[in-house]
Amino acid sequence: MMILRPTDILPSEIAPRALFEKRRDFLKGIAGTALAAALPISAFAGEKLPGVRNSPFSTTEAPTPYKDVTTYNNFYEFGSDKADPAEYAQRLKTRPWSVSVEGLVKHAKTFAIDDLIKLAPLEERIYRMRCVEGWSMVIPWLGLPLATLLKQVEPLGSAKYVEFVSAADKETMPGVKSRVLDWPYVEGLRLDEAMQPLTLLALGLYGEVLPNQNGAPVRLVVPWKYGFKGGKSIVKIRLVENQPQTAWMKANSHEYGFYSNVNPNVDHPRWSQATERRIGEFRKRKTLLFNGYAEQVAQLYAGMDLQKFF
Amino acid sequence: MPVQVSARQLAAIKFTLFVLCLTPLARLGWGAWDDALGANPIEYIQRSLGTWTLNFLLITLAVSPARKLTGLHWLLRLRRMLGLYAFCYALLHLVSYLWLDQFFDWQAIARDILKRPFITVGMSAFILLLPLAATSSKLMVKRLGGRRWQQLHRAVYAIAILAVVHYWWLVKKDITLPAIYAILLALLLGIRALWREQERRRQLARSSQLHGIPVVSIKDR
Repeated sequence: MMILRPTDILPSEIAPRALFEKRRDFLKGIAGTALAAALPISAFAGEKLPGVRNSPFSTTEAPTPYKDVTTYNNFYEFGSDKADPAEYAQRLKTRPWSVSVEGLVKHAKTFAIDDLIKLAPLEERIYRMRCVEGWSMVIPWLGLPLATLLKQVEPLGSAKYVEFVSAADKETMPGVKSRVLDWPYVEGLRLDEAMQPLTLLALGLYGEVLPNQNGAPVRLVVPWKYGFKGGKSIVKIRLVENQPQTAWMKANSHEYGFYSNVNPNVDHPRWSQATERRIGEFRKRKTLLFNGYAEQVAQLYAGMDLQKFF
Repeated sequence: MPVQVSARQLAAIKFTLFVLCLTPLARLGWGAWDDALGANPIEYIQRSLGTWTLNFLLITLAVSPARKLTGLHWLLRLRRMLGLYAFCYALLHLVSYLWLDQFFDWQAIARDILKRPFITVGMSAFILLLPLAATSSKLMVKRLGGRRWQQLHRAVYAIAILAVVHYWWLVKKDITLPAIYAILLALLLGIRALWREQERRRQLARSSQLHGIPVVSIKDR
């Protein structure tokens, strides 16, 4: 670090990007062969995920280095320090794992994680990620649209919201013993937000199986909302009629609202949301409305007072 | 540890302490050079400088109780240096905010100070610290006179409280660390209050003995 004047390109961006391109080439290589289909599905962090497609939703911005994406995490189930998840998440067993999709649906179903991976061709989505704390990253996720999963179970007309419940295992998640949050971690989306094509069920990043500290084996990514809206290590997805009470709303409803859309004009009560520090950059940059995804999602909130529904 | 120290011993102790107090800063500098401060080095530097400001404030406040409990009167001779280190780390903490964090965006800084309570409180603590640092020299003690100097320097109690509040309000949810600082500070201030109360009673008893008036508490009446 300690580049005291901002430069056009940070040295930290160069090497990982080259590595990233190499990984992408490797993936394209294997995707092109029949080998891809024959490969066993990966189960462990660091293993390549086969058959990945690119997505038009990806940003062309430089991805945040792999090391930063996997060592600077908010995942309170493993502790409230950002270095805790990388240190303690290795004990989490991500196989066998299943995700139960239930509630107001025609066909409630439990998906084994390996079936989830095969549900649709995996897409690489390079998304901006803006944390409510005022920093951001660019992360090449791998996953499938949440809508693909929801269409399989056919939500009933009465379903208005989707609730995401994360694992809360005291044996393997040391943070669950503390009462920092009301476990299990619960997040929620309105059904139309959940069906929005950008909303992703992520199973990997940087071409590989999701590292435990990033929410393995499956997590939610909603790129126009603050990072905490993306529940990690999901075990249950429920379709419900009423707006779910999320973990952060229960912790402090004055500071964390249900919507939590990235919005530079609505400050957190204790800090400004007008700017953000992109990890790896020196100067702060301006935060974009809906994290730069306004074109795709602004109409979801037409006519809503975003100061009130923060 | 010796109850009495010679001038040479004291100089050696002071020198060692001086170097010791620089190690957190040296570690930060080395970490920044070595790119070992994690994904968000600016946040790391800022937090670390803040933590060390608090540490030095509490260490400074611990000097006089430590002297009283151990009888090592020369400990008091180290207090000025510790207090000045608290100020130095506070100044660096502020500079890291103005420069590394906000990059001298004065508009954003002004908004922060006015709108965000934890920054308002932190800034107030720093401003209160300024006259203390400015009057730390022997010359200033003489100029102000011992009594007035002491009255002024009691502001450090308020500064320490503001500093802990600043930390408490900054934390998103897990208040374990700020709570530990709050408890330590409460102990350091509590023991002073206790001793002062004991001293007051002793004096009251002494003066009543002198004047032959029996001590009657309100309860007895």
